[in-house]
Amino acid sequence: MTPQVLGALVRHFGGFDRCEDAVQEALLAAALQWPTEGLPSNPKGWLITVASRRWTELWRNESARRRREENALLLAPVDVVPIADTDDTLTLMLLCCHPSLTTVSQVALTLRAVGGLSTPEIARAFLDPEATVAQRISRAKQRIKASGAEFRMPPPGEFAERLVAVLHVLYLIFNEGYTASSGSALHRVELSSEAIRLTRQLRARLPENGEVAGLLALMLLTDARRPARTRQDGTLVPLAEQDRRLWDAQFIAEGIALITETLASAPIGPYQLQAAIAAVHAEAARAEDTDWLQILGLYELLDNIARGPMVTLNRIVAVAMVHGPRAGLEQLAKAESDPALAGHHRVAAVRAHLLELSGDHESARSQYRLAASRTLNIPEQHYLESRAAQLTRPDQH
Amino acid sequence: MKYLILIYSNPASRQAWEGLSPGQRGEGLGVYAALREDLQDSGELIVSEALADPSLSKRVAVHDGRTMTTDGPFAEVKEQLAGFFLIECESLERALEYAARVPEANFGLVEVRPVMDLSGFQL
Repeated sequence: MTPQVLGALVRHFGGFDRCEDAVQEALLAAALQWPTEGLPSNPKGWLITVASRRWTELWRNESARRRREENALLLAPVDVVPIADTDDTLTLMLLCCHPSLTTVSQVALTLRAVGGLSTPEIARAFLDPEATVAQRISRAKQRIKASGAEFRMPPPGEFAERLVAVLHVLYLIFNEGYTASSGSALHRVELSSEAIRLTRQLRARLPENGEVAGLLALMLLTDARRPARTRQDGTLVPLAEQDRRLWDAQFIAEGIALITETLASAPIGPYQLQAAIAAVHAEAARAEDTDWLQILGLYELLDNIARGPMVTLNRIVAVAMVHGPRAGLEQLAKAESDPALAGHHRVAAVRAHLLELSGDHESARSQYRLAASRTLNIPEQHYLESRAAQLTRPDQH
Repeated sequence: MKYLILIYSNPASRQAWEGLSPGQRGEGLGVYAALREDLQDSGELIVSEALADPSLSKRVAVHDGRTMTTDGPFAEVKEQLAGFFLIECESLERALEYAARVPEANFGLVEVRPVMDLSGFQL
């Protein structure tokens, strides 16, 4: 509901910054009053009315100094905003992902303004100090103001590019939640559920857009694995070793139906291809039933339209699963000449995996160790070290 | 990605600072202020602090459950940590650009270290 209330205010008054403050205060008032006084008959109308009153107060405070000279009181806006029946969620998302902002700021602002999360919640979710996040949000709002951006849809020529930024931000929010380690997850807002909720909202506004649907399907199919991806002690379980009976069948069914329908009707895009790959994994009852030939084909398509180092490495793993580890190792050696991959810990991790598959455990062990020393991710480091430790030394036989 | 920009001082950099006129010192501090401002403005700053003199530092050691502290042991160490910026930015290149603006970089006393990530990764 928050984006609709905020949208109504911004549409009426303009000036994103003050409207956002007013809405936050209205939400606070609701949190205090509703539990004791009961839910109003029209909660959205209530919030809009309270927020617009608060906006007026803020505006009056700020213009108090100017008032004496300009007699601006006559210009004071009316207290009650007529409730706009347009839904401004999409406009708000596009504004929060304005190109004048860095990605970290886009993420924080989207969660605050569209998701309605509080600053402390966002700070906890990203393990950042609250003051940092508060400042990030307030500077982002100032920056939007300074850029002269208005609360309206971007021109058609810019729309596609702006939507890419929105999808990227939603994907980052999802990933942050999905990859949260279980230890600290206790106090973390459910970011992946929030990302799924926001992507559903976006899809309701853009039902024909294949990439929006693709992203939603990707999130659903990935999130479905959550119950199987960590052990009780918090260590990670690789896809091939997950107990697939623990996967969320409802999310899988929804994700598969969505991506199947989308691939048949919309122009292809990277999120759709990633969702299709996740769907092929989801369709295999056991890891050994995986249709790697189909996965390889999808990675080749992805490599054509959205080449990147991680796509290359995943494609090479698929090559190894279809044509054997030697073929994968050969391609890996070639891929390493790409500067984006040279010295990358994931190259060592993939090489270790392929060497292990080929039976060369000693080399695999040293590659796992190399990858572990280079990663910047602590759970991944533990995982790689444990893989190295599991491979027995040949001299012990 | 989070990066820590570590700023060290050494006898040469301390001497250079001490030899500056008040006006020049003001300019030097202005460089820090501008850097901080830019990082805040873009949302990339997490925290930055300047550290007190190393002579105020305590070294802590626990032996048999007893905590012992000794005074700043590091007087004989030539390079001392003087301050830091913890930032969040999209690439190492960008972190290096910021680091290059730290005046101590003129003495080769600025270091950029990636921060380990506690969150999980996709399998």
